[in-house]
Amino acid sequence: MAVYVLVRLLQGILLVFLMSIVAFCAIYAVGNPISVLVSPTTPQSVIDKVVSGLGLDRPLHEQYLIFLRNLLDGDFGYSYVTGQPALGMVLERFPATLELALTAMVIAMLVGVPLGVWAGYRPNGVVGRMASGFSMLLISLPPFWTALLLIIVFSIEARLLPTGGRGEVASVLGISSSLFTQDGLRRILLPAVNLSLFPMAMFIRLTSAGVRETVSASFIRFARAKGLSTGRILSVYILKNIVPPVVTVSGIIFGMLLAFSVITESIFSWPGTGHLIIKSIQTSDRPVVIAYLMFSVSIFIVINIAADVVCAVVDPRISLSGSR
Amino acid sequence: MAAYARRFARNRMAALGAGILLAMLFVAAFAPWLAPQDVYDLSTLDIMDSRLPPGGESFAGGVYWLGTDDQGRDLLSASMYGLRVSLVVALAGTTAALAIGVFFGILAAYAGGAVDTAIMRVVDLQLAFPSILTALVMVALFGAGLEKVVLAIAISQWAIFARTLRSTAIVERTKEYVKAAVTLRYSSARIMLVHLLPNSIAPLSVLVVAEIAAAISLEAMLSFLGIGLPVTRPSLGLLISNGYSYMLAREYWISMVPGAFLVLLLLSINLVGERMRQLNES
Repeated sequence: MAVYVLVRLLQGILLVFLMSIVAFCAIYAVGNPISVLVSPTTPQSVIDKVVSGLGLDRPLHEQYLIFLRNLLDGDFGYSYVTGQPALGMVLERFPATLELALTAMVIAMLVGVPLGVWAGYRPNGVVGRMASGFSMLLISLPPFWTALLLIIVFSIEARLLPTGGRGEVASVLGISSSLFTQDGLRRILLPAVNLSLFPMAMFIRLTSAGVRETVSASFIRFARAKGLSTGRILSVYILKNIVPPVVTVSGIIFGMLLAFSVITESIFSWPGTGHLIIKSIQTSDRPVVIAYLMFSVSIFIVINIAADVVCAVVDPRISLSGSR
Repeated sequence: MAAYARRFARNRMAALGAGILLAMLFVAAFAPWLAPQDVYDLSTLDIMDSRLPPGGESFAGGVYWLGTDDQGRDLLSASMYGLRVSLVVALAGTTAALAIGVFFGILAAYAGGAVDTAIMRVVDLQLAFPSILTALVMVALFGAGLEKVVLAIAISQWAIFARTLRSTAIVERTKEYVKAAVTLRYSSARIMLVHLLPNSIAPLSVLVVAEIAAAISLEAMLSFLGIGLPVTRPSLGLLISNGYSYMLAREYWISMVPGAFLVLLLLSINLVGERMRQLNES
């Protein structure tokens, strides 16, 4: 197990390294960031000063070596726009993204799993049909479209909830989050619900398929024959069997949420990493883009390794070394 | 074919979806002839007609049934053209992904060994990344633009095609007719293209439908964020994004009309895809 995790981590580090070369080279090829940074009327002497200050006048490979050396020191360069450290900007915004994604995940599970269990138990009942139609709808609706609908209904027409931004942050037990203030809760509700729609559909499908498979098993028939109540069969016998696949897929879904939060964050002006990357791409803020990409790739590698390990722990039939 | 259509239509929602999808495809294909206004011809636009609500009368005396946007574009026409752009980009991207995926999938299954392992490693890696992240990498590297969006779709989708094709082709690979072809000393290219490919490609059909929907959605997201297609030929995502600015003024139709087109398109494709999957499994 330890060896497996170590090998996977080494592979991951190699990947991050490769990614850094690709990202650096190609972003260098996009164009001269100076044209974005200074106004056309700036005198040439000032432009030259800015160029040499940023190291943009040196040859490409030299720039990369400097970049790589700094990278190993945890220094991703400074934002062309704000002058702050690039990685710092990403890390500073990550808690907001994490908070949003976790809240969305909880909403998706609380709604999706019970609905999926019920739909799987009675696939042809009213709830079953509605749940499968609902999940189809949720999968078809693009996240930015649902965001607009939520804003129109709850913010503009009903005037119940704010259209965007993160609320006040409070600190409880050393964890600072906007979930601890009333204002924060009001503000996180719409973006979190919006982000939760896609994973909710996944949970409905996953659990209903799992339940449908388990219901026909002989131990369930036995439980019924013993005269156990439907509630007990569902909550104990069936749930136990569908937890492992749900847990494993959750990891992957969570990773997707972190990435797809780009859309939700941009629309609801949620001050997270997704909001940052879109702005940085639009302003060609190269160091921030690279820092974000490297950071996301690292997170994905960690999530994938963790999902594989958890998968092996909860289901002993799966072997980590593969091919057995 | 007719029998398949009858079995398909036994599910009424799926039949409805197929009907809507066919209508959408028709509208997209013939948009320049069907649309009341040529939205690419700026001389037909009248700034006096900007932001008219649905059913509003134009300055010249006509009626805009679905309203106009800020530039005085008829939203019905703009959405018809946008539908065309969105579909073309998605189809181009998925076709490219299919070509790449089929090539590597069949190669992995036929060659086996180290080639197979290497290709599948890359496939696993690609599948671990959500399409939006791949697309963001592409856009960050090469900038926005039509061909970059197509490329982003192709790169984020090829892996799933490769994996699916490989899994069927690897079963076919062990069958008698392939062994016979190998014994006859046919060239590898011939065995892959003439023998393996036609017999392993069927399971991809359902996947292709689902991936086209995913491609449309991805393009719409990128265009909505302003890092997708150029504004000169607006896709549905871009039209929605344009209307977003007038939402707080409660002029919802500017984003809701193209949005309805997009949602109907995606829903109908997914309904058709879901039904195809059901029929395949039974």
